[in-house]
Amino acid sequence: MKVPISWLKDFVDLDGVSIEHLAHTLTMAGLEVEEIRYIGLPIPSGQQLSKLSGLAWDREKIVVADIREVGPHPDADRLVLCRLYDGEKEHSVLTGAPNLFEYKGQGELKPPIKVAYAKEGAEIYDGHQAGSHKTTLKRTKIRGVESYSMVCSEKELGISEEHEGVLFLETDAAAGTPLADVLGDAVFDIAITPNIARNANIYGVAREASALLGRPLKPMPLEVQADGPKIEGAARIEISEPELNPRFVLGMIRDIEIKPSPEWVRRRLTLAGMRPINNVVDATNYAMLELGEPLHAFDYDVLVQRAKGKPPVISTRRAKKKETLTTLDGVERQLDDFTVLVCDSAGSLSLGGVMGGLESEVTASTRNVLLEGAAWNFINIRKTLNAQRLASEAGYRFSRGVHPAMAERGVNRGLELMRQWASGSVAQGLVDEYPLPPQPSVVEIGPGDALRWLGVELSTEQLSDILGRLGFEVKAKGDALTVTTPDHRLDIGEGVIGKADLMEEVARIYGYENIPATRLGDDLPPQRGNRTLEIEERIRDLLARLGLQEVMTYRLTSPEQETRRLPVGTPPDDKPYTQLSNPISQERTVLRKSLLASVLEIVERNANIRERLGFFEIGPVFHASEAGPLPDELQRLVLALRGPRQPGHWQGGDVGALDFYDVKGVVTALLSGLGVDGLAFEPAQHPAFHPGKSARVLAGEQQLGVFGELHPQVQAQYDLGGHPVQAAALNLDAIYSLVLARFDSRGVPAYPPVLEDMAFVVDETVAAGQIEALIRQTGGKMLSDLQLFDVYRGEQIGAGKKSLAYQLTYQDAERTLTDEDVSKMRHRIVKRLEQELGAKLRA
Amino acid sequence: MLAELDNIHQEALAAAKQVADQAALDEWRSRYLGRNALLTQSVKQLGSLSAEERPAAGQKINQVKQALEAAYEERKAALQADQLQRSLETERLDVTLPGRKLPLGRLHPISQTLRRINVIFAEMGFQVYRSRDVETDEYNFLLLNFPPNHPAREMQDSFYVEGGSADNPLLLRTHTSAGQIHAMREFAAEAPDNPPPVRIVLPGMCYRYEQVSARSEVQFTQVEGLAVGADITFGDLKGTLTDFARRFFDADVRTRFRASHFPFTEPSAEMDVECFVCGGGGCSVCKHSGWLEILGSGMVHPNVLRNGGYDPERYTGFAFGMGPERLTMLRYRIEDIRNFWRNDLRFLEQFS
Repeated sequence: MKVPISWLKDFVDLDGVSIEHLAHTLTMAGLEVEEIRYIGLPIPSGQQLSKLSGLAWDREKIVVADIREVGPHPDADRLVLCRLYDGEKEHSVLTGAPNLFEYKGQGELKPPIKVAYAKEGAEIYDGHQAGSHKTTLKRTKIRGVESYSMVCSEKELGISEEHEGVLFLETDAAAGTPLADVLGDAVFDIAITPNIARNANIYGVAREASALLGRPLKPMPLEVQADGPKIEGAARIEISEPELNPRFVLGMIRDIEIKPSPEWVRRRLTLAGMRPINNVVDATNYAMLELGEPLHAFDYDVLVQRAKGKPPVISTRRAKKKETLTTLDGVERQLDDFTVLVCDSAGSLSLGGVMGGLESEVTASTRNVLLEGAAWNFINIRKTLNAQRLASEAGYRFSRGVHPAMAERGVNRGLELMRQWASGSVAQGLVDEYPLPPQPSVVEIGPGDALRWLGVELSTEQLSDILGRLGFEVKAKGDALTVTTPDHRLDIGEGVIGKADLMEEVARIYGYENIPATRLGDDLPPQRGNRTLEIEERIRDLLARLGLQEVMTYRLTSPEQETRRLPVGTPPDDKPYTQLSNPISQERTVLRKSLLASVLEIVERNANIRERLGFFEIGPVFHASEAGPLPDELQRLVLALRGPRQPGHWQGGDVGALDFYDVKGVVTALLSGLGVDGLAFEPAQHPAFHPGKSARVLAGEQQLGVFGELHPQVQAQYDLGGHPVQAAALNLDAIYSLVLARFDSRGVPAYPPVLEDMAFVVDETVAAGQIEALIRQTGGKMLSDLQLFDVYRGEQIGAGKKSLAYQLTYQDAERTLTDEDVSKMRHRIVKRLEQELGAKLRA
Repeated sequence: MLAELDNIHQEALAAAKQVADQAALDEWRSRYLGRNALLTQSVKQLGSLSAEERPAAGQKINQVKQALEAAYEERKAALQADQLQRSLETERLDVTLPGRKLPLGRLHPISQTLRRINVIFAEMGFQVYRSRDVETDEYNFLLLNFPPNHPAREMQDSFYVEGGSADNPLLLRTHTSAGQIHAMREFAAEAPDNPPPVRIVLPGMCYRYEQVSARSEVQFTQVEGLAVGADITFGDLKGTLTDFARRFFDADVRTRFRASHFPFTEPSAEMDVECFVCGGGGCSVCKHSGWLEILGSGMVHPNVLRNGGYDPERYTGFAFGMGPERLTMLRYRIEDIRNFWRNDLRFLEQFS
């Protein structure tokens, strides 16, 4: 909300308070001054909480001046030459301002026209460029006439975007007076959070400033000089739903003259961000900006005409099915059954609290005005705004809550302003239907509450003073204060909620900075730890130690992007996606089902950036749940490797492509690093992977995941570079349950081990895992380690055969093993492998 | 004979000094200490000596033999030292050639920041509590004191998810505050009449319906914090979060609390931290304000306590929420928030 400081000063004395100090004070108390726009006043350098903008007017170079005569330009019809007095001497000033043309050739103007005059060297905005671009006035010649100064438009002074003509000043200030002393101002742009909706008006901000600065607040301007005939009988009100429309007030002014508002009014409205229209509409807007009560002016004669000459009956009701209304903005609106309409006997007039209808609007020929001020249910107004996709100043305020007491005040203020600006006579009295006055909240508080919530000791006097400054009625009885909420706010609850609401007010006005910072002294809760997070962090560390880079990706994706992880033609799985109802883009319409797809996209992104890639991500995938509407969020780990085994080096090195056994190595190292025992590996059938180069890893019966080389068709669907991608997709929820909280360590053997190499020739069909399992089983406790160190195929052993060479480590914890021990064991192993796998010991 | 032995001794020592390499030294040894060496032969001559002469001669032979063996070892050591010296002088690597590159793994910068936050709060007794990404309107808004059609809801544009009901739609959580209620209810269930105090942080991914730009993302991480107990004040909030800021930025920074509004806290505050780059003097990081906006916080609203199973007449608490991306961006002067989910290695590799 835009708040001109000059307007605030109508209600609170700000002498000696700098603009910046005021902005800082309001901001710290929750009325965030996002921007200060300076209108002519000096702009400070240095740090401010608010953004600063605007134009400072040089006190010497931008002054009030008198135009004494407007004469023609010797050879340009669209320019005039003004004889202008700047307080020191007369100048001949060239201008093309259309609003001076009518004075051309009138001779000496009496009184002279007061204008804003910029001298040579003055900094102003360039009026010919869109936006605000500063320019410095330089001496030049225009059409043969020397020009070094200028009569300014509002735009050139940074007051508004108006550049149609020069600004005429309604001022008594003598020529030569610095313009900043006459028009200098600053406009605060204040962010109004929902809890301070009551401050979405000048008086509300003034009340806050008064409370914060400890300066008196002038009373609300509510006097109205009503000397016209009584309103009684001129109109009637019928409210059918008090819950939605708790109050409706009508006032009347007769015999007005529609014309532009005074210059200062138009400027205030402009600074506050509203476009001046005419004196009647401006009065409603001015009263709304000042007090926060949106008003609506009807052309009374139109209403009477619609009522066939009878006094109109204004009623409010819910819209009927399929009912429509054409609002002021010219839009024909389909209404909902919760929309509240203001109607008369001939039909609907306006969307209550939101926007007027076209037909009964005030026009240039309006003579008599019926002025509406009402109270509306803010939630219903919000629903209406959302349903109609409509934003209006009235809707903005009513959708945040305006106290019904403001309806009467607003109407009186509006009538008085119309009387002042449009003459006419205000009818005595109001028509006021008030079926549902809100009960004020009454809350008991005391110093104990301030101590409990804020941790600060405040006396009953201090509490009473702070709340009193905000308009609360406070009655003290011993240590207890009975606080009654003033009738301009709806945000204070009852009981403990009311206490919290009041403590917020106390803290804001007392000042957050005055509350001492302390350390928690409260009981420490039972310390529970977070086991899955601890394991997850261990996994991150293990994988980083293995040389992989962690990535974090979007959890929102599209089915199209995700299907790339499967070969074309793979039948879709039957699990539906978790779908967004309001996606923001085509790329992000669903929650991901596959973490593999996410990571492959990152491999793709980096495919040409580095040759060797190793990534992992830990995160959820989202699968429809059978238990309810919320999807299951399943924790997954995906890792992907691609490129040469070692980064390139000038001495060469292992530059072979990372393959199945590399990813298996990472998976094995990770799981053994987590202490997961009893792993088994089996060929896997997973559509994303190469059918011959992929495996599933199991712990006992439980599958932990799949890994291997990407299916060539999948590889081809991404731009992954030449090397095949090796990937693993692991189910972390399964792994978490297998990680033991602790383990028993083993002692370091005291006796020497015996090492022995053995090679076995077997049929190709025999898996290495079978041989290894059998050796281990036979070796039992004596076999402490088993390493495969060679796989050989060749003529020496015949076609369809392979030779696997192992190093066996024998170890006994109690004694040194003898040759005989070892020899016995060797025979048992050889015999067992021969019997069960047809293996032959290779000589 | 003794004189002869002295001669041999002298001659051998002289010859040893001339020896230039190991081969020559071995030759020297075979010549003076070998089977056919004069010294070895002289042992055989002992028998021809008289019984009186024999002991002296035998002793002499031994002395000379030991001396020559010592000379051999000495010369051998000297030759080895020479050779080492020569090889050290000639074996010169170009130390400017690149070393072998080893793959260096790293955590994502946001993981690193989350850890940093978690650790600082863990030391103050705050434990990590995690909850789901897809939430109900009830947990994300209603129980956090956002009534339906409440204006505060407009402050957060949500992604809605198919499958909810009209009065309790599903959505992607807009803040990890949604976990507050889950956590409080879980703890309160342990002792409904006397719930235990709460001190938790809630890290997690959140989502807002916003156009992606250098400053905003559709998904972002958040760390929410919650402390509930019998005696927790706004002063404690200030102290705790100031301690956090000092730890996080490794600097003795000042903090500033501004009144603000969040529906689930009252009073609410934004915390600014004195710019850790310029120390408050003004720089490009703090946009010349000297201060950085870091987090939102406040005393837990009585309705939220009640919804969590904690009686607001007996318990108070504070809550706060911060954005790890923003903290990371400030700490490393990252200009574009989109870097985090783009995962370009040229970005990630900087955070080891």
